[in-house]
Amino acid sequence: MIKKFIYLEWKAFIRSASFGKNLAMKILIGFFMIYFSLIFIGMGVGAFYALKEMKLEPFVTVNKFLVYYFLLDLIIRLLLQSIPVLNIKPLLVLPFKKPTIVHFSLGKTALSFFNWIHALFFIPFSVVLILNGYDVVGIVFWHLGIIALVYINNFLNIILSNIDKLFAVFVMLILVFASAQYYKLFDVTVFTTPFFQNFYDIEGVFLIPILILIGLYVFTFKYFKKNLYLDEGLSVKQDEASTENLTWLNQFGTLGTFLKNDIKLIKRNKRSKTTIVMSVIFLFYGLIFFGNSHQPAMMHIFAGIFVSGGFLFVFGQFVPSWDSSYYQLMMTQNIPYRGYITSKWWLIVIATFVSTILASFYLFYGWEVYLTIVVGAIYNIGVNSHLVLLGGAFTKTPIDLSNAGGAFGDKKAFNASAMLLSLPKILLPLGLYALGMYFGNKMIGLALVAGAGVIGFVFKEKVFSLIEKRYKIEKYSTISAYKQKN
Amino acid sequence: MIQVNQLSKKYNGTTVLNISNLEIPKGQSFGLVGNNGAGKTTFFSLLLDLIQPSTGYIKSNGIQVNTSENWKSFTGSFLDENFLIGYLTPEEYFYFIGDLRNQNKADVDALLTKHEEFFNGEILKNKKYLRDLSKGNQKKVGIIATLIGNPEVVILDEPFANLDPTTVSRLKKIIKELADNPNVTVLVSSHDLQHTVEVCDRIVALNKGEIVKDIQTSKETLQELELFFAV
Repeated sequence: MIKKFIYLEWKAFIRSASFGKNLAMKILIGFFMIYFSLIFIGMGVGAFYALKEMKLEPFVTVNKFLVYYFLLDLIIRLLLQSIPVLNIKPLLVLPFKKPTIVHFSLGKTALSFFNWIHALFFIPFSVVLILNGYDVVGIVFWHLGIIALVYINNFLNIILSNIDKLFAVFVMLILVFASAQYYKLFDVTVFTTPFFQNFYDIEGVFLIPILILIGLYVFTFKYFKKNLYLDEGLSVKQDEASTENLTWLNQFGTLGTFLKNDIKLIKRNKRSKTTIVMSVIFLFYGLIFFGNSHQPAMMHIFAGIFVSGGFLFVFGQFVPSWDSSYYQLMMTQNIPYRGYITSKWWLIVIATFVSTILASFYLFYGWEVYLTIVVGAIYNIGVNSHLVLLGGAFTKTPIDLSNAGGAFGDKKAFNASAMLLSLPKILLPLGLYALGMYFGNKMIGLALVAGAGVIGFVFKEKVFSLIEKRYKIEKYSTISAYKQKN
Repeated sequence: MIQVNQLSKKYNGTTVLNISNLEIPKGQSFGLVGNNGAGKTTFFSLLLDLIQPSTGYIKSNGIQVNTSENWKSFTGSFLDENFLIGYLTPEEYFYFIGDLRNQNKADVDALLTKHEEFFNGEILKNKKYLRDLSKGNQKKVGIIATLIGNPEVVILDEPFANLDPTTVSRLKKIIKELADNPNVTVLVSSHDLQHTVEVCDRIVALNKGEIVKDIQTSKETLQELELFFAV
């Protein structure tokens, strides 16, 4: 019976919309995965020596931060990892035993990217520890404990993913712990470090997480089996709808009509809601670069563009695709393309503007840093907003908004490739900034980037005509691509 | 109102639609019948410029649909649920369409009140998004939305499918009313011969993309059609 499942999975994999279609996209995703794998492996190997260099005991230090590592992992999973529900429905009436279905779908999650990525860090790290004279048996036990914890997170995600607000709770938890630790009020790691350390120090302690894992699996299994009914676990949660008129937008005419619709689009769909979350996360991206002397100064503009560009990159990138499920309607209504594109443009501009205001906390690093962000925002509004809209004409991957069950793994990973697609959009400002730095100083670099933004803004109407023309040319192939749902 | 000239649509060498000449005068109620794959939806998609013709063209009110977009202002259409915006409530959807067709809220409300019976209390003020409505109720929303802004051409693909018997008879009443209006040209496609015969002045049967029957409705039409489609 398992053989049949594997057959179905294989077909689902090779025939998924994201697999067959776009070679360039595949190469990008592949590149992206290799890049991250290398980073993790590099960290696994390097962490030991780097920490030693910093005169810290590597093993203890890693154990100290593991609590944050696992909390963060859980957050990322809640945000991105899918739960296996979608393909179960057609199997229910076929002669499969329910336990088999549940075991298989749970087993499937065990192979997820979100699990094995950790191995890329922990295996090299463990090997380095052993090579440096740590006790082999202790390390193996420690390692087993860690694997169990990774899988505990995996199943926690499955159980908890139906609760919407939880993700925020964990973020708060991390922020509270981290700031309490930073300001030396309360150090959570004092309590957690020995826990992880004991996997190594005391034989048998690693069995605790393994037993918890087994318990959790049994619980998840029972929970899923009990809910294997169309009106329970497999039902798509229906939200209570409330009609919003947003009449204040009426004063903007057609533009207002579209804006109203876009606001509802973002508010009422899980997928589009994550774009807001991502935009907020992007706001903090600069923290990696500013005030960090290890990063080359050239990367500042890189950060400057990302800080205000979160929404632009994660929402703007897919502009007509957000409307893919009713694109045919749009094409038969009396809609001027220009009005449609302009409304999306305004949405991006407003979001960029708000992000820039919110990013004012970077003033803490000095006005030069904030100036970099403002310049990045100018460039985003002037050039990148046009580029994403133009690129949108070629984005023909439908987005299934109605899929509220959270069972859409590959489509979520899609967000990651979106970020990758945005890389070319920052090469130009990077080049301009570098040019300015080479021939003068930072300020000239910033002026060049801002100048490019202003020029883009001046030619807005021209560019819009161009974009409009592109959209019209691509109309038929876009319609037919959007019709092919998963 | 609608002129079809040497229209054909091919996919990879297979002809799915081939209509050399067809004229639909203004005010006619036009029924398109045929089996699965006969080309009904293809024809409507061509008429709405959702796909490109391989040869020929369609003119709607003198406007060639694949070169100008001016037909959009007087055409209302509902092909399938791809015409609905799932995350809106029915009211919001109607007002959205109304905005695009230059109808204010009062105009839309008037239309909705008129068709309250058709909705059967299951659509308005129900605290549900369109995506959470049943197929039949979604269809009701789509059909009424085509009427917003008094379009001169109304195109409905399989309007009777998925509807309950009561709603079907109410829908027939609505279509007949449209048909009685000399300014409105109604195009309806269906598998159901009887429903189509009841509401249409003229019936065209398609088979494998070709017009095989073109009859003005009379008492004998249903029999003639049933005979034709019988194996």
